[in-house]
Amino acid sequence: MHLLIEAEHLYRYYGKHCAVNDVSFNLAKGEVLGFLGANGAGKTTTMQMLCGNLSPSAGQIKINGFDLLTQPRPAKQHLGYLPDTPPLYKDLTVEEFLRYCGQLHGIPKNALPQAITYALERCGLNDVAKRLIAHLSKGFQQRVGIAQAILHNPEAIVLDEPTVGLDPLQIREIRALIRELGQDHGVILSTHILSEVQESCTHVQIIHQGQLILNESIAGLNQAMDTGILQVTTRLAPDAQRLLAIPGVTAVEYLAENRLKIHHSLTNNPVQQITETIIAAGWELQELNPVKKSMEDIFIALTEDNTL
Amino acid sequence: MSMMLAIASREFKTLFLSPLAWTVLAVLQLILAYVFLTQVETFIAIQPKLAGIENGPGLTDIVVPPLFGNAGIILLLVTPLLTMRLICEERRNKTLALLLSAPVSSTDIIIGKYLGMLGLLLLAVLLVTLMPLALLTGGALDFGKLFANLLALALLVSAFTATGLYMSCVASHPVIAAMGTFGLLLLLWILDWTAAMQAQRSELFEYLSILRHFQNLQSGLISSVDLLYFVLFISGFLLLSIRRLENDRLQK
Repeated sequence: MHLLIEAEHLYRYYGKHCAVNDVSFNLAKGEVLGFLGANGAGKTTTMQMLCGNLSPSAGQIKINGFDLLTQPRPAKQHLGYLPDTPPLYKDLTVEEFLRYCGQLHGIPKNALPQAITYALERCGLNDVAKRLIAHLSKGFQQRVGIAQAILHNPEAIVLDEPTVGLDPLQIREIRALIRELGQDHGVILSTHILSEVQESCTHVQIIHQGQLILNESIAGLNQAMDTGILQVTTRLAPDAQRLLAIPGVTAVEYLAENRLKIHHSLTNNPVQQITETIIAAGWELQELNPVKKSMEDIFIALTEDNTL
Repeated sequence: MSMMLAIASREFKTLFLSPLAWTVLAVLQLILAYVFLTQVETFIAIQPKLAGIENGPGLTDIVVPPLFGNAGIILLLVTPLLTMRLICEERRNKTLALLLSAPVSSTDIIIGKYLGMLGLLLLAVLLVTLMPLALLTGGALDFGKLFANLLALALLVSAFTATGLYMSCVASHPVIAAMGTFGLLLLLWILDWTAAMQAQRSELFEYLSILRHFQNLQSGLISSVDLLYFVLFISGFLLLSIRRLENDRLQK
């Protein structure tokens, strides 16, 4: 698989304080990597190191195969970065600003208008292209920031908290945009909003006190979230003994006369048989819900483990 | 290289988006026009006496050096105000990240910013030069001397800009950058005053004084010592600025 970003054993010290401690990860094409962490966990520091705004105290970063330290120019050519505060020149119009960004990234003059049109369209900025950035709302400014990051069609895109300060509708649009970008680029997305990761990422990493404590695909994460409990509601009271007889069911717990919790093993999921049994017995199934640990639970469990 | 020019032209254009550049050019032009007219007036008053002196000073000698000398002093006050926001404000507004994550080197950023700002100041110098050129309608000028003055003032503002750029890299707030630049330049300007004290004059101070080299060039004597002083001065501060910007990535 072609790796777009390779980070190996990154360390970053601020004086004696260690902000990033031995962080290693890879990003391949077609992946959207969610970078989760509480405030001050080292997210932004890691992003800044990936984008050459900050030198790591130790470790190596390769962008599309180019070492960021020894070949910064080709490495940065393949990188789009939206910092936590979008870097916008407020006294320029959106179009002027994007033209400047294009020049900085060495887009040839004849390809520039096309690149700008494409980025404007992708980020829904067509209507405001001629307006001063200072006069735009925060959501639009954020979109200009994203447009700037994808303008030169980089292989790897790093977005630092892209949905902060946006209204729910805008958040949905930006998330859709990120998923879309993830199809033919590699995207790293830092956030402290857990649901955002679930919605738009294919992989997730949790950083806590400078250390990576989880590196999983979303499928793996979903599995970890499975608790092995089903909550079942029927119209007539069911018989616990008949349910217990189903292979895979380990315990049945009554919540009310017609509501119960069924514990089952994770490897041998008996949902199919349970449903069939209930219907065959004529208890009239009304609701069947797998109980899941929330991302919050996993996050808290992981971070607590580490502080102990 | 093309990116350096992109940064330079952006900087230059941005200056004209705000009233700042226009104000600076207008104020400079107004004050110097007054100085210019006074000098022309003086020349007309003393012209009969000058005619009697053999090899006496001509129109160019009476008008041009005071005009360019005063332009130098006004630019000493104005340049820090223009240069203070070059890097400092980008850092404060967090727009520096855009330049740092783009495929441009620190050298590109510094030289680009420098050239953009220098463009405005050289434009001011050219506008000043237009005044003595206007005298051609009614008299003759010593073009050698005019060129020497033009060169002296151009080198002077180049040195001022380099100092201002460095201070803008160092300072955390634009006002501090302006104060630092102004203080340093004024100190270099007045270092020459020890020359008045014949007994205790210091050769080192005399060499360091920016005024001394400026006046040498102004007098029409273009010597390599003075040219080299300015070249060293400018490249020194530019190199320091590049180093300072590199340092931003190492520690914050």
